[in-house]
Amino acid sequence: MNNELLQLRRRTFLTSAVGGLGLAGLPGLLAADPFAVKPPHFPAKAKNLIFLYMEGAPSQIDLLDPKPALAKWHGTPLPESMTKDFKFAFIKPNAKVLGCKRPFARYGQSGAELSDWLTAWAPIADDMCIVRSMHTDAFNHQPADLILFTGHMLPGRPTLGSWVLYGLGSESRNLPGFVVLSTGKNNMSQAAQWSSGFLPSSHQGVLFRRTGDPVLYLSNPKQVTAEEQGQDFDLIGELNRARYEKTGDREIASRMASYEMAARMQLSTPELLDLSKETAATKAAYGVEAESTRAFGTNCLMARRLVERGVRVVMVTHSSWDQHTELEKDLKKNCDITAGPVAALIQDLKQRGMLDSTLIVWGGEFGRTPLGDFRNAEELKAGRDHHASCFTMWAAGGGIRGGMTLGKTDELGMNVAEDPVHVNDLQATILHLLGFDHTRLTYRHMGRDFRLTDVRGQVVRKMLA
Amino acid sequence: MHPRKNEYDFITMPTSSRLVWADFARNRIPSQEGMLRWIRILMIGGCLSAATLSAQVPEILARRCTGCHGPQQQMGNLRLDQPLTTERAARRVLEMTASGKMPPTGALPAEEVTAIRQWADALRPWSFVPITRAAAPTVQNPIDYFVRKTLASKGIQPSAEADRTTLARRLHLDLTGLLPTPEEVEAFVRDQRPDAYERMVDGLLASPHYGEKFARHWLDLARYADSEGGVQDYARPFAWRYRDWVIQAFNSDMPFDRFTTAQLAGDLLPLPDLTATGFNRNTITSREGGVELDRIRFEQLLDRTSTVGTVWLGLTVGCAQCHDHKYDPITQKDFYSLLAFFENAEEKDIEAPLPGELGVYRQYAKKFQSERNKLLADYGIAATLADWENGLRDAMKNPGRRPNWDVNYDSYSKIVDHGRAILLKAPADRTEREQAALVDYFAKSSSGAIGKETYDALKLKELSEKLKKLDDQYPRLSTLMTLANSRSQEPTHIRIRGNWADKGAEVHAATPASLPVMGEFPRNRLGLAAWLISNENPLTPRVTVNRIWQELFGRGLVRTSEDFGAQGGRPTHPELLDWLAREFRDTGWSYKRIVRRIVTSATYRQSSDARPDLATTDPDNLLLARQSRLRLPAELIRDAALRVGGLLNETVGGESIRPPQPDGVADLQYSMKWEETQGRARYRRGLYIFLQRTAAYPLLMAFDVPDRTVSCARRETSNTPLQPLNLMNDPVFVEAAEALAARIEETPEPGRVDRAFALCFGRPPTGRERDALLTHVASRGWFGASRALMNTDEFLTRE
Repeated sequence: MNNELLQLRRRTFLTSAVGGLGLAGLPGLLAADPFAVKPPHFPAKAKNLIFLYMEGAPSQIDLLDPKPALAKWHGTPLPESMTKDFKFAFIKPNAKVLGCKRPFARYGQSGAELSDWLTAWAPIADDMCIVRSMHTDAFNHQPADLILFTGHMLPGRPTLGSWVLYGLGSESRNLPGFVVLSTGKNNMSQAAQWSSGFLPSSHQGVLFRRTGDPVLYLSNPKQVTAEEQGQDFDLIGELNRARYEKTGDREIASRMASYEMAARMQLSTPELLDLSKETAATKAAYGVEAESTRAFGTNCLMARRLVERGVRVVMVTHSSWDQHTELEKDLKKNCDITAGPVAALIQDLKQRGMLDSTLIVWGGEFGRTPLGDFRNAEELKAGRDHHASCFTMWAAGGGIRGGMTLGKTDELGMNVAEDPVHVNDLQATILHLLGFDHTRLTYRHMGRDFRLTDVRGQVVRKMLA
Repeated sequence: MHPRKNEYDFITMPTSSRLVWADFARNRIPSQEGMLRWIRILMIGGCLSAATLSAQVPEILARRCTGCHGPQQQMGNLRLDQPLTTERAARRVLEMTASGKMPPTGALPAEEVTAIRQWADALRPWSFVPITRAAAPTVQNPIDYFVRKTLASKGIQPSAEADRTTLARRLHLDLTGLLPTPEEVEAFVRDQRPDAYERMVDGLLASPHYGEKFARHWLDLARYADSEGGVQDYARPFAWRYRDWVIQAFNSDMPFDRFTTAQLAGDLLPLPDLTATGFNRNTITSREGGVELDRIRFEQLLDRTSTVGTVWLGLTVGCAQCHDHKYDPITQKDFYSLLAFFENAEEKDIEAPLPGELGVYRQYAKKFQSERNKLLADYGIAATLADWENGLRDAMKNPGRRPNWDVNYDSYSKIVDHGRAILLKAPADRTEREQAALVDYFAKSSSGAIGKETYDALKLKELSEKLKKLDDQYPRLSTLMTLANSRSQEPTHIRIRGNWADKGAEVHAATPASLPVMGEFPRNRLGLAAWLISNENPLTPRVTVNRIWQELFGRGLVRTSEDFGAQGGRPTHPELLDWLAREFRDTGWSYKRIVRRIVTSATYRQSSDARPDLATTDPDNLLLARQSRLRLPAELIRDAALRVGGLLNETVGGESIRPPQPDGVADLQYSMKWEETQGRARYRRGLYIFLQRTAAYPLLMAFDVPDRTVSCARRETSNTPLQPLNLMNDPVFVEAAEALAARIEETPEPGRVDRAFALCFGRPPTGRERDALLTHVASRGWFGASRALMNTDEFLTRE
């Protein structure tokens, strides 16, 4: 869709559908517009959020939290005294330790420790605030996904992105305020990452689909041209205006606003998806041209383009990290697919001056055990089980103190040893950076004020710049 | 969109009290100044009312108690310089002061104790007070009497009756969910008999579509879905049998007391009603590997308990899972005592053949079994199967020895319902079904345990496919999802901080202590149901009539239809709510009777046009000086489009349908396939759309159908750009628009514009509308015009 046509359509549509109404003078219309931009509680460091969700739980031991001490225990169970308080999803506490084969090195001025599968992150090492002391309450995927994104283990509550949209509104008048992009297999939490729960469904994330229309029903039916679609929109506007004058119901104005936005979405999304104006260097950096990284790289690039266009929250999900078996093979594969594009995204945002106002969060729903998952008889194909007691995530950009590693785990990676950060604390911190006191961003439902952090959460001051 | 709280109170309250009240409502401490001003206003009000006495309490507490229970120190963990919001906390203060135990310096004067007593009484949720029955005149519809009394007290005139075309469309949509045909509207408009309207009401109440309309709302409460939730989100292919039961119950106007008992305890009735117990089988479940079975079961119990709270009591009892309810007099003990009613109820799928199934099944059952046995014999699995069973039992009893067996046992126990119990029975003691479930799992999924070599050598994958094929070839009996008291008498324990693994004191089945006592009712689900519908319980009838009102006015007399507690809204018309509640209970719990009462009132029949004179004083129409315009729910939007296109298949009841949806929607879901329904069935009503919890049909998601994870008493109505995209571009709606265009074109010109308006809106066009439509048709033809008509606000709205 060329720009001229976009301008033209917008003009006709705005005049015919809304212009004559004098909507601005209507009492309460602003409150009725779910997309209106709202101020946060206090000036924010970040105004956008990109959550790089590595669903399935990447092994922190093999990527970001080296545990050389495991080597000497490899192949033997830990003493009962060290495991008696633990429960795991599949393995039992007497499972044998799986040592880590990865060499680690330090990168950047800050000396961030990364395994050899993440060397692509060397250039962004000083932007990362690595939190090794994350912990959560659930060691099964679905409840852990839910608590990470909704603050609570049972389904039904709004997700992080929905809360942010509810609090801040959307700056984009052409695109949904909360977009989800996904790759990988075995997505288990499904809508848990983007559901608006009990918030009005205008706050739900919109999944850009991998096949067909990126947004459901975005394209005109095949028998309808763009011009005809415009004409039909205009008649709807005309009839709605007539009905508004008869009934005086201001809900009609809200409906007209949603039709107007739908029309604009149809016109502007093709431009969003068209990468032809990106430079060859940019495309190469994101891995858009290479077979293995194309899907995830394109999503990372798309995340930047969405944020550029005012989209408030973007979830980029890669869901293939559940290495119960074949850790060596599959963990590396996931790193090969994702590490380069993630580094490219941070560097690209930085170069464009967008990193300061864009908060990036990377991580999975929990970590993986130092004990091995030997369900596969061949030891070479061993993996690790789910581990809720400690794991690693990192953040960068908007208001984050880059170039630091926060928190420590014990020698064997069983528990947090220093500076524990619960997922509710992470949520409080994310909201803080976006300008919210997490205890005051609430919604009344079923007789109670609900909030993202449920009944917990402390802002992690050490993560702040 | 910050929700407003207790709007009604705000309207009727003087401004200065509003400030204080707003602070309370937000859980903040009102400023001292605000507090004093509030007290003064109440005092100036002059009367020695309870409110005046209660208002002195903060001052009494400040003077007498806050030295030890204030900002400096909080002896006994009690702080009294902040407003207490619960009756329970107030009762504690009363108990201590009335007995003279506190303050330690000497007993309070009697009048101060009286003030504290009245203050504590006032904190009791309004909805717990017995239902009163205000006198209402017999000549007028009592609904109008109560509504107009309030309006008159504020000098507001009610709105005029809506015109006949609007009334016809409104009534059809409200009672059957279907748009009237132009002929039906015309017939009513022409009907000169004085009781023409009542005749239309009675006709619609008798329609089989009435049950569909009211079932839709009940299914939200019953958290009905066609899949089980969780990661795998397997289909529940027979869930619809409960849905059919609900539709039939509404159609036959089953009294609400029986309706209640059947759903909560149908298995315990002298004449059991097992289909109805499907109500508590709509609970979500999880089969995710690694999740503890006891935990899954505990979460199901939580859901069943909270659902009773939402549906019958209008209370958020679920809050007391972890701690005593913060605002309502529901303790943690109350919650687990309520949960205890369900502790011994077990999920049970039974073979319950549908008409016509049994004969065919019997005819082939032997043949099927012998073919199956032969197949199993051919593959020579007996020895390995026995070893595998032993291995699983070993993993069950001695976990941690062989990781691969642990994992296989975990998976088996999730995938095969009651798998653990089956495994513990000797093969000879298992039913055919149980044995088949175990063997099917073995053939399909034992590889991880027995090893790939053995699995391949026995060609188990091939066997599994053949078993499935054989199963598909032969007639099977349909099953019914029921709940039955077959579990051994497990004690119920309070769970400390709501953590399922952390057991506290044992409790016994009992209803919440602050509500009327259970008396002689048995301490089982039957007794629970009897108590819910007993004359002493004021909540069930209030909560239920309020939801009926909500269906017909778009909002309840209590806006928070899910919460009648201290934090919920107050009734805008308390006398009317109580009158309806009494009417409902005392005249045989008839839904249809209450619905008829409401829709025949002048209040219901008013025009829904906005009232500029009330735009600032009553923008949300709390006083009911008019009707409200309501956006249709998702299901009815689709019904309307298909119906005007002449495509709607109006068959009542039966299996769920999977209408066409774009490729990729179902891919979000982990394991199921969306197999499109073929033929005319795909045009059945939206109520019958297969509700796949983790990847719902897009239209349902876009138009605010709740996710059905928990009971929902009230749908939100949102406006999003995804809605227009859905209605403009979804092939279902395009097809409907084409069909509508074809229908319109059957009418010769110049009658087409009138015909189009009659079909879509049941009314003639204005001159301006006619011109706009004709201009459009000239360039776009009737297809474009039909699309536009079906996307107007009016089409999507019940006016």
